[in-house]
This record gives sequence, structure tokens and C-alpha cells, in this order.
Amino acid sequence: MRASLGLVFWMAALRFGVVVEAANSCVECHQQFESGASAPTQVMAHDVHIQRGLSCSDCHGGDPAATEATSAMDPAKGFIGRPARAEIPQFCARCHADPAYMRKYNPNLPTDQYAKYLTSQHGKRLGSGDADVAVCTSCHGAHGIRSKKDPQSPVYAMNIPGTCAVCHTNARLMERHGLPTNQYADYSQSVHGQALLVRGDRAAPHCASCHGSHEASRPKVVAIGNICAQCHGLTRDLFTKSPHKRAHEVLGLPECEVCHGNHLIRKPTDEMLGTGSDAVCVNCHEPGSAGYVTAQQMREAIERLNTQMTGAQVTVAQAAQLGMEVADAEFALNQATAQLTQARTYVHSFSASTMEPIAEEGIRYARQAETQGQQAIHEFGFRRHGLWMTLAILFLVVGGLALFIRDLERPNSSGKQDPPAPPHGPA
Amino acid sequence: MRPLERLRAFFRERYPLGGLAEFATHKTVPVHRHSFWYYWGGMTLALIGMQIASGVLLLLYYRPSAQEAFESVRFIMTKVQFGWLVRSVHAWAANLVIFSAMVHLASVFFLKAYRPPRELTWVTGAVLLFLLMGFGFTGYLLPWNTLAFFATKVGTEIAGVVPVMGPIIQVFLRGGSDVGDVTLTRFFWLHIAILPLMVVGVIGLHLVMVQLQGMSKPLTVREERSIPFFPNFFLRDLIAWALILGAVLSVSVYWPATLGEKADPFAPTPAGIQPEWYFLWMFQTLKLVPGHVFGLEGELVAVGATGVAGLALLLVPWLDRPARRGRSHWMVLAAGILAVLYVVGMTGYALWIGHRP
Repeated sequence: MRASLGLVFWMAALRFGVVVEAANSCVECHQQFESGASAPTQVMAHDVHIQRGLSCSDCHGGDPAATEATSAMDPAKGFIGRPARAEIPQFCARCHADPAYMRKYNPNLPTDQYAKYLTSQHGKRLGSGDADVAVCTSCHGAHGIRSKKDPQSPVYAMNIPGTCAVCHTNARLMERHGLPTNQYADYSQSVHGQALLVRGDRAAPHCASCHGSHEASRPKVVAIGNICAQCHGLTRDLFTKSPHKRAHEVLGLPECEVCHGNHLIRKPTDEMLGTGSDAVCVNCHEPGSAGYVTAQQMREAIERLNTQMTGAQVTVAQAAQLGMEVADAEFALNQATAQLTQARTYVHSFSASTMEPIAEEGIRYARQAETQGQQAIHEFGFRRHGLWMTLAILFLVVGGLALFIRDLERPNSSGKQDPPAPPHGPA
Repeated sequence: MRPLERLRAFFRERYPLGGLAEFATHKTVPVHRHSFWYYWGGMTLALIGMQIASGVLLLLYYRPSAQEAFESVRFIMTKVQFGWLVRSVHAWAANLVIFSAMVHLASVFFLKAYRPPRELTWVTGAVLLFLLMGFGFTGYLLPWNTLAFFATKVGTEIAGVVPVMGPIIQVFLRGGSDVGDVTLTRFFWLHIAILPLMVVGVIGLHLVMVQLQGMSKPLTVREERSIPFFPNFFLRDLIAWALILGAVLSVSVYWPATLGEKADPFAPTPAGIQPEWYFLWMFQTLKLVPGHVFGLEGELVAVGATGVAGLALLLVPWLDRPARRGRSHWMVLAAGILAVLYVVGMTGYALWIGHRP
């Protein structure tokens, strides 16, 4: 028995490498189960706890040195076993909320997760006796827990939307909590979702960026502006100084969300501005009102810049096609593009007099690019005409030389050609 | 006495110019069905002249440093009067001069003009082709754009493969472990000082030999017809020069040289980077050669084979023994045709690979 246990242990040690140093009867026995009880042993090698030298007993208690199951899992030896779902946050917090303990393993890891969790919607519901909510293991897994920096971790930035979606797209579960299930589908189509999930831009916001991770909750109306301002600082600043700020406060409207939505935030278009059918301004502003007129003016300014830029782009591309050097014109076009981006941002000042000068500056750059492009096209025409004149002169020279040679080699008056000079040099 | 005659008399009294004039008057050029190929040497010379003239003009504004080179070339192309034309002529003539030299070399090979007593004329001609390729290699980097930078990086890496001397040659060319500001300075001085001195010297030798020994007549030609070199052949040369000038100006106007993006030494090597067309056959050979050939490193074998081919080119007059006895051998002809097919085929293949989406 001892020999076979030794062999099993030796094989287990080989499998898990150096992380299993001492005799660990938990692994030895659990590995032999065919049921789910052996599952933890199959993912242990990736677990950050195991990698940092902890073992099963550090969480579950018991005596891993004991060779008999009853002794190894003796409550008298501190064996806790599998915690109930409702107990999991506290179970993890025994270590993760203890700064002195955590410092021994990972001093950089915060120890406020449990405190934050208690403030989250998940934690609050759990506190009120509803165990049908997310606990630590719902997002991080139970065994085989990976660092959040590990691309295979369910809490790695790009995997977070999918992890949240496990529960938040479960219609039966969400129905019990009175929550919708379309957030993930909406987010996936949003400009943020496309950036994170399609382009793989890890700087793009995911669920936790706006809702928080351990403290996850629905943001309050007043908080939305601050949440968006984490990335869109200038836009928020302009909004705060605009007349819209006060209006939103009075009406109790969430700032950015009113025009841009929440999970399904589309890439903003110029059509959202103004008084057209796709414009969001007309949702609140009546025709003839000051806001309506401002929206119209700002849209017109953007369109003037767009039109000027499109024309300049065509001209510059045409000049480049002719092989002309258009670096200066392209630089001016880049400046116009920068002004357009800035003008679109300054739309959030909701003041035509603030935004229009920026668009006008862009129009000036676009005109400069247009002029330079036209000059380049004109210059090409000049070059082409110059070339043809030069070629004409060269052909005259060639013709003259040919006639001169013919005259030189023409047979003399007696009908005979001048005798050739004697060959010079060896053949 | 007229002023011109007085000037002529002034020189005649001081220098033995009579002999030179006598020589020019009596030198003749054979006339036959292959005479067309005689003009390619003169065209190469005319293109070298264009290169010197346009190069001197470019030097007025070009600044040889990694910080300023790209900007100075852009300045030449956008702000300097006719700067665009000067740079385009320089860039186009740089390609055409190598093409023209290659055609000249091939025609001399197939007409067997290298047979005694013109062996050294062939050797100086082949050396000139190598020097012109050196001009192309060093000049390509000077605008300091992305393509040039990475092509030079790849090119100097290949130089590093040469056995024994490779790493030394590489460090000498780069001026350090990588292509940088120092490389640009070195290439600049090679391009405007060292190589021109060498080219002028070798061209001088080549021309003196051609003038002293006259034009070779192909083995198959039995005709005895000839025309005086001056003015008859010289005037025909002038026509060819005018035509090549017209061609260079036309391509420079309709397809002016581009500049691209400024080189960023910290950027990753762009995909599909290739050297100039005249190095493509060597480059493609290096890419196609297996990792190991007969237990030796593939790259080493390819570079070694290219070196041997270069040496064989120089020694053609002595390797073609039948030609030394005035006879033509099918094996020499076949070797020449195969070499041309290989170079043209590999260049075409590399261009096709490079332009494939």
C-alpha cells in the first residue's frame, strides 16, 4: 500500500513539477477519483496559490501528511472541506483581507476586495440571504485560479465581458433578479466592445471599467459623467461648463448616456448632431429654440469643414497620383483632420461660438492643402509642357545631326563615296 | 590671324597636340550588322556624365546626417528650383547607367570583343560595372527613407556572411553593429569621393585602351567597311546621347522619384523589403538557397557562388580559350545565355514576389 501510494505520489510530483514538494495525501487520493472530486488536481498546476507554495490544506485545512483519509480530513486537524457557496467570499477573505498575510506572498495585491464586495450588488444580495449571486469563484474559478494578467484567466481584460456574460445572459437566472440579458450583445456591438473584443485593444473599457469589479454595481445617474470622464476627460470638462450640465441636474438625467446610450455606445457620427432625422439634439430641443439653432449652427460648421476637406483630399490624391511631392499638402490635411477631431469634441461645449472657430481653423488648413494640391497639379502641367519643348529641341538636334552625317557620307560628285580611312588598331 | 587659330597655335607650340589630332583623324570604327552594340558604351559614359552633373547639383543642398538627410532631400524636391528634376534625373540615370553597362557587357561578351589583345579592356569594364553597383548601393541609403534604410540593413547583413572577412566588411560598411548615422556618413563619402575617384580612374584606363586598340570586330564579320571615328562615329554617338537624355527627362517628368517615409531605426523591418533591381537576382538566390548545402551553411554557399561568378566574369578573356585562338565554342555561348537567363529570371521572379498582394 505504502509502495503504491509512493508511486502515485512520485507520479503526481512529476506532473506538478516542483510545486508539490512534501507528501500531499490530498492530491494522491483525489487524483484517483473518477468523479468530479479529481477535477481540482487536474488544474492545480496553473493555480497562482500552488505556484506561490500554498497547498490544498492552506484553504481547506486538514493534514496532507496523513496517509489515511479519515486522519487527513479530520475536523480536529482544522479540516474545513468545501465551503458553502454563501460562505465563499468570507472563506477567501481569511487571507485576501489580511494585509500582513498577503504581504508574505504578493505585497502588491490589494486587500480590500472583500470590503468592496460587500458594497456590490452581488455582496448586498448575498448579505440579504440570496446565495444566487456571483461570489469569488464565479469569476475567478475555484481551483486553477490564474493571475488577472494571464490571458487565459477569466478576469483577463479581454475575457471579462464573457465572464460577466456567463450569468448576465442567463435568462432564467436574470429573470429571478429582474435584470435584462442584452448587455453583452449590446456591448459586443458597441465602439468599446469592438475595440476590446475585435481589435484586441486592452485599453478599451470592459464591464468592470464602468461598473467596478469587486464593488460591481449599477452606476448612479450622477456618477455616469465621472465614469466616462475616466477616458473622455476633455469632453466631460466641456460638458460640465456647458448649459447642459445644469439642465441634466435639474431633470435628473444621466449626462453622457442621454445621447450616447450605455452598453450599446455606437461610434459617434456627425449625423447625431444637428436637426436631421438621426440627430439626438431634436429629442429635447424644439424647432426654433436656442438649442435647436445652436445644433444647426454646429452641424453646419462641421459640414463646411468636411466638404472642404473632401475636396482637398481629392485634389491632393490627384497630385500624388501624378507623382508630385505633396508632403506639405498632406501635412496641412493632417492639421485639418486634427481640427475636425477637436471640433467634434468641442460640440460638447454646446456653444456654437466656442466650437465654430476651431472648425474655421480646420477649413483654413483644408484650403491650404487644396491650394498646394492645385499648385502641384499646375506644376505637373508646366513640367509636361517643358518636357515636350525640350524633346522637340532634342529631336531637332538629332535630325540635324542625322542630316549632317548623311551629307558627310554622301558619295562625291563623281558618284563614289569618299574612301574609308584605313582600319586602325587590331581587329 | 583669327583668335581661334591663335589659340590653337598657342597650344601647339607648347604641347604635342598634333599627334592627338592625327590619331583622332585616322582612328576608324568597323561598320557591320552588329554595329548597333557599339553605342552602348558611349551611352553608359553619357549616363555617368549625367550622374556627375546632377550629383554635383544635389550636393549643393544635400546634408549627410540621419537628422537632416531626409529633410534636405524633401527640400530639394519641393523648394529648390528644378530640384525635383535634378533628383529624378539622378535617380533614373542611376538605374539606367547600370542597365546600359549590363547591356554593354553582355554585347561585348556575345560578340567576343574581349579576345586578345583586349583582355584588360574587358577587366576594366567589368570592374566599372561593380563600381557602378557600388554607387547604387551607397546612393540608395542617402535619402534616409524607410525603404533605403532597411534595404541597406539587409544588404549589409548579406555582406556579413562573406567567410572570414564578412564581419569586418559589415562593421566597416555600417561603422558599428547596426545601420545608423555613421553608416550614412560612410556611404556618403564612398558615394561622392572614393567611388568617383575610382570610377574616373578606371574609365580613363578603359577609354585609353578602347582608343588605342580601336573597336573589335566580331568573329563572324568578314566585311572590311569602316567609318572614321571623328566625326562620323562621334556624331552618331551624339545622337544616341541626345536620345538617352530625352528618355531620362521623359521618365523623370512622368514618373518622378518618390521619397516615401523618413527612416525609423526603431521600427520593425517592413514586410517584403527588397534591394534595388540590379541586386534582386542575388537577393532572391539567397532566399531560395536551402539552409544547408553539402553540410555548409546555405547563405555561405550562395554568397560564395556569387563571388566565384564575379571572379569568373573578370577572367572571361582567359577562361574562353577557344576565343583566344579566334574560334567560337558553343559551351561559352551556352554559359553566357544561361547566365543572362538566370539573372533575368531571378530578377523577374523577385519582382513578381515583391508585387504579389
